[in-house]
Amino acid sequence: MNDEVSRPAASAREQRQEILLSVHGVQKIYASKSGPVEAVRDLTFDLRRGEFACIVGPSGAGKTTLLKIIAGLLEPTAGQVTLEGKPVTGPPKTMAVVFQEYGRSLFPWLTVQGNVDLPLKNARVPKDERDRRVTEALEAVGMAHAHARYPWQLSGGMQQRVAIARAVAYKPHILLMDEPFAAVDAQTRADLEDLVRDIWHRLGVTVLFVTHDIDESVYLAERVLVLSSSPTVVQEVVTIDLPDERNQLATRSTPRFAELRLHIHEQIQLAKRGLVPAQIAAGVL
Amino acid sequence: MSLIKRTAYFVALPLILVFLWWALTLNSDSFWVPRPAQMVSTFTEVWIGPRFANDVVPSLLRLLVGLATATVLGIGLGFVIGSSRTLRRLTEPVLELFRAIPPPILVPILMLLVGVNDSMKVLVIVSGCIWPILLNTIEGVRSMDEVLGDTARVYGIQGLSRTIMLTLPAASPYFVTGIRQALSIGLILMVISEMFASSSGLGFTIVAFQRSFAVPEMWSGIILLGLIGVLLAAIFAVAEKRILRWYYGLKEVEHSE
Repeated sequence: MNDEVSRPAASAREQRQEILLSVHGVQKIYASKSGPVEAVRDLTFDLRRGEFACIVGPSGAGKTTLLKIIAGLLEPTAGQVTLEGKPVTGPPKTMAVVFQEYGRSLFPWLTVQGNVDLPLKNARVPKDERDRRVTEALEAVGMAHAHARYPWQLSGGMQQRVAIARAVAYKPHILLMDEPFAAVDAQTRADLEDLVRDIWHRLGVTVLFVTHDIDESVYLAERVLVLSSSPTVVQEVVTIDLPDERNQLATRSTPRFAELRLHIHEQIQLAKRGLVPAQIAAGVL
Repeated sequence: MSLIKRTAYFVALPLILVFLWWALTLNSDSFWVPRPAQMVSTFTEVWIGPRFANDVVPSLLRLLVGLATATVLGIGLGFVIGSSRTLRRLTEPVLELFRAIPPPILVPILMLLVGVNDSMKVLVIVSGCIWPILLNTIEGVRSMDEVLGDTARVYGIQGLSRTIMLTLPAASPYFVTGIRQALSIGLILMVISEMFASSSGLGFTIVAFQRSFAVPEMWSGIILLGLIGVLLAAIFAVAEKRILRWYYGLKEVEHSE
């Protein structure tokens, strides 16, 4: 009896320990007219299955470059990305991406329904199942009422909801989000943050969320990876030990939230000056 | 705008012009300028009857076949060239050269190579109509939004699916513009292709009237050409509005921001 109860819990814990995504020694050097530019120097980190991690860093830290490499859209100069044990060489089937530019990421010639449906149609999912998944996903983001409208008839926040629904309907194991709320107003942003937390809870999907907003990273994540400025390395990994149940007002006004936020802020200030903790420790200062 | 208002705008200037024509030719008995009433009767006499089936219909069919061929070739080649930077760079100078050649100059050459037949006339039309479609398609494929392309890749849309689900709709505003330009070029070339070594067709008939000093008949042919142009443009506008509804909606939203 005791076994019966504890087994699923144990396997869930084991699952949480399993490494889903592994980024190892990733470097990216772009060729430019004025010579090679090193956008990302040496990035190494792991993501566990079911985890919610945020990447923050100063602007120009190569966050988008890193995300594109993980998504298989860009090839690293050196290093390797491994997803579920397989090296990433192109966009993996079990991954979905939500881009910052929602207006350019939704297909303007398709309705909301058509946009969410397209990846499933392309993957030859049977019609009934497609319809069910599209409806469920649109309901999950609160956009079921707008299924027949075109993306450009919707506000920015609503468009991003549709983009999230498209990712959800695709049933990915990992969801990458590239500063998805950078272009929406503050209130919409708060709503969308709660929506993403909610979807993460309900679906158990692994989320890697890139942002330049420190508050957002602390509010959303279980772990925050702080990047240095370019050429980029991981400056610090901060575990967010806030309670799992988060609330825009209550969570943001706790002392712990303020501490974590200040700590990350300081790290980013150090990063901007080109200092990493190892250097400080080694007495380079 | 209401339908009545739109119709009023559409017919206002033509009505004024016809009125002026009527007023200015009241006391004229010029051999070269027929009066409106005379034109109406000549028009009916000349074009409503066997001449419609013998001359007008074959001309229009050649025009449509020519336009369709140019559209298929232009979009097809445009996709291939537009998708590859190497091909674009390689073909650009040559395409500019070919585009600069006025198609009427090809008529005698094509007559020698292909013979005096329908194929020759269709080829003349294709040789002029393909350029705006091809060049616009290349531009449309080239300038496709990067984020849209990345989105398709992320969701595993590639190969032929990518062409159908992404490239074709994304480039459609461009090649539709090309087809609209090709429409008027096609009409001109339809007439020109029938002016040499031909024994039927709208162009041939008008030239035959000119040579036999059948002045009102000649004018009626020219008016018919104009009417065909307007009609084709109107049909195309209706189709375009349906196909590119999303595009005009999007533009409207972008401009209002």
